[in-house]
Amino acid sequence: MAQQKPDPAQLAAVEYIPPRRGWRDPRVEFRKGTYNHAAARRHLEYLGLPNPRDWQPSDADWQLPANWKQIILDGMKDRLERYRSFRLFMDICVRCGACADKCHFYLGSGDPKNTPVLRAELIRSVYRRYFTAAGRLFGPLAGARDLTEDVLKEWFYYFHQCTECRRCSVFCPFGIDTAEITMIGRELLNLVGCNIQWIIEPVANCDRVGNHLGIQPHGFKDSLDFAADELEELTGIRVEIPINRKGAEVLFVVPSADYFGLPHYFTLLGYLMMLHEAGIDYTFSAYASEGGNFGLFASHEMTKRLNAKMYAEAKRLGVKWILGGECGHMWRVVHQYMGTMNGPADFLEVPVSPATGTRFDHASSTKMLHVCEFTADLIAHGKLALDPSRNDHWNVTFHDSCNPARGMGLYEEPRLILRRVLNHFHEMPEETIRERTLCCGSGAGLGTDENFEMRMRGGRPRAMAVNYVRKRHGTNCVACICAVDKATLPPLLEYWVPGVEVAGVHELLGNALVMKGEHPRTTDLRGEPLEGMGGGDA
Amino acid sequence: MPTIELNGHTYAVDEDGFLEDPMLWNEQVAADLATTEGIANMTEDQWKLVNYLRHYYLEFGIAPMVRKLCKENGFKLNQVYEMFPSGPAKGACKVAGLPKPTGCV
Repeated sequence: MAQQKPDPAQLAAVEYIPPRRGWRDPRVEFRKGTYNHAAARRHLEYLGLPNPRDWQPSDADWQLPANWKQIILDGMKDRLERYRSFRLFMDICVRCGACADKCHFYLGSGDPKNTPVLRAELIRSVYRRYFTAAGRLFGPLAGARDLTEDVLKEWFYYFHQCTECRRCSVFCPFGIDTAEITMIGRELLNLVGCNIQWIIEPVANCDRVGNHLGIQPHGFKDSLDFAADELEELTGIRVEIPINRKGAEVLFVVPSADYFGLPHYFTLLGYLMMLHEAGIDYTFSAYASEGGNFGLFASHEMTKRLNAKMYAEAKRLGVKWILGGECGHMWRVVHQYMGTMNGPADFLEVPVSPATGTRFDHASSTKMLHVCEFTADLIAHGKLALDPSRNDHWNVTFHDSCNPARGMGLYEEPRLILRRVLNHFHEMPEETIRERTLCCGSGAGLGTDENFEMRMRGGRPRAMAVNYVRKRHGTNCVACICAVDKATLPPLLEYWVPGVEVAGVHELLGNALVMKGEHPRTTDLRGEPLEGMGGGDA
Repeated sequence: MPTIELNGHTYAVDEDGFLEDPMLWNEQVAADLATTEGIANMTEDQWKLVNYLRHYYLEFGIAPMVRKLCKENGFKLNQVYEMFPSGPAKGACKVAGLPKPTGCV
C-alpha cells in the first residue's frame, strides 16, 4: 500500500543545531524512510559479489565476514595505491567548510554528517588512523578513528545519503571531488557485501539481459513497435525503428526507462520523430539497450563491466559512432571514465552529423554524442521545422540534470532546443542552475520508496527553486534530460510544489516538430488536445 | 526472507511485499495481495488490468510499458492510480504477482 507520507510542514522545519554527541560517535539509527533495503542474496550470487546473505540494515548483526576489517583496510590500501585522486582527497582537505551548505542533503536534513566535509571525514578519519604516521601515533588528536562495526554501519548510512551529484565539488577551493569519496566508500562496503537492492538488482539485470529493467529482446521490440504505432496515429507518418541492424551508421542507446515508464516514453517518441525527420541511418541494439550504468553506484569494476557492452555492440554492428539519449549518469561514465576504462574506442569514427556535416571533435575519444548536442546542431542549421505554439500549454523551466551538467558541461544545447520549441521558458535562480544545479535528491541509486523521507528532504532545495519560478512566472513544467529525474521529480514536485509536471527536452521537441507530410496534429504527444489549452505567461 | 500472512494464507515476499516467486500466483493470491494495497474487493476493471499484466508477463517476462497498459485497456493514467493507489508499476504489478520494476523508474 502507498506508504504513509510525512507531513511536508514537518520536513520543512529543519534544525541546523548540531547534536550534543561529537562527530566521532559513529552510532546511527536506521529509521524507516531514511535508508534503503539491502540487496537480495540471489543478485550478489549472480554477479559473483562477496558475502551473499539474507540481511537488512536494521538488523543488529550484519553477518559480516570474520575478517571484514582486514578486507576493508586491504581494500583502502589497494585504492590509495591505484587512485592518486583518492589519496589526494584524503590528504588535502583543510575543513574550510565551503562545501557544507552546498549539499542538498544537509540543507534538507540539518544533519552535520551530511555536510560533504564531514561525510568525507567519516572515511578520512579511518585513513588517518591506519595510513598516516600522525594518526597511528596520536590517534584522536590527529583526527583519527578506529575502524569498528559501528563505523562501517555509519558509512553505509551516509554514503547512501549522497547522490554523487558533485555540487559541493564546484565550491571546493581544492577541487576535491566528494562524489569520488562516496564512490570509494561504497566500493569498500561492497567488498564485505553491504550494498542495496535498488542498485544491485538493476546491475544484475543489466549484466544478464542488457538493461536495468531486465527487458528481453522480444519485449524491447514489442515496446518500440507500440511506439511506432502510436506515432503513426499522432502524425500519420510511419517511422522505421531498426533493431540490431548491422551496417547502420549510428548506434542509438537510451535509458531503458524511456521505453517503459511515464513520462519518459514521450521523450522516446520525440527522439524517433527527430531521427526520422533528419533522415539518420541508425539502429537500436536489443543488448546495449541501456544507457544508464548503475555499476557506477557500486564499484569501478562494475561500471567498467556494464559500460563495455555499448562498445561491444557498436563493434559487432559495425556502426561508425554512438548517439546517447537523455540519460544522466551514463554521461559521467562516458565523459569522464570511458576513455581509460574501455577505450579509447579506436575502432569507431569521430561523430559527424550526416544531416549537417558538423564534426564533433570533442567526442573524439569516446565517439559518443549526446542527443541534445545532435538535435541542437540540427536546429542551428535550420534542418528542423518547428512550431513552438504547439507547446503553448506548457510554461517551462529547465532542471540541469547533475551528470550531464557537472559531469560533461552540457548547459547550452538543451537550452538552445527549448528556446526554439517553446514560447514560454523561464530560468530558475542562477545559483540553482548550470554547474550549480541542485540535485533531484534521488540519484545514485537512492530513488526508492523506502527512502522516501530522505528523498523529499534532499530534493527540497530543487523544489523550492521550482516554486520560485512557479510563483513568479506560472511555471507548470520542469524539463530535464535524465531518466532518474523523470522518475523522481514528479513525486518530489507533487510533494512540495503540486501542479508542476515533468517532461524530457525531446518530448517538447516532438510536440513542436513539424514533420514532412504529417496530418494536422490534434493532440500533443501525451494525447492531450491541443486546441483550447491554457498556458502562457502568468 | 520475509513472509506475509493474508486471509490465512502465507506468502514468501520481498521487502516491498512483492511475491518472491512470480510463478506461485493465482486469483486467490491476487485477491490476498490486493488487501495490502487497500483493496478489499477487486472490481471488474481491476481484474482486467491484473489479468492483462499477468498475460503480458508470461509472454515477455516483464511488465508492459505503462503507456501500453493504459491504452490497450482503455484507461487514463490517473484512472489506474485510482484503482491502484501505488500506481501501475508498484501497485498493479504487485497484485499481478510480477516483480517490482527497477532502475530509473
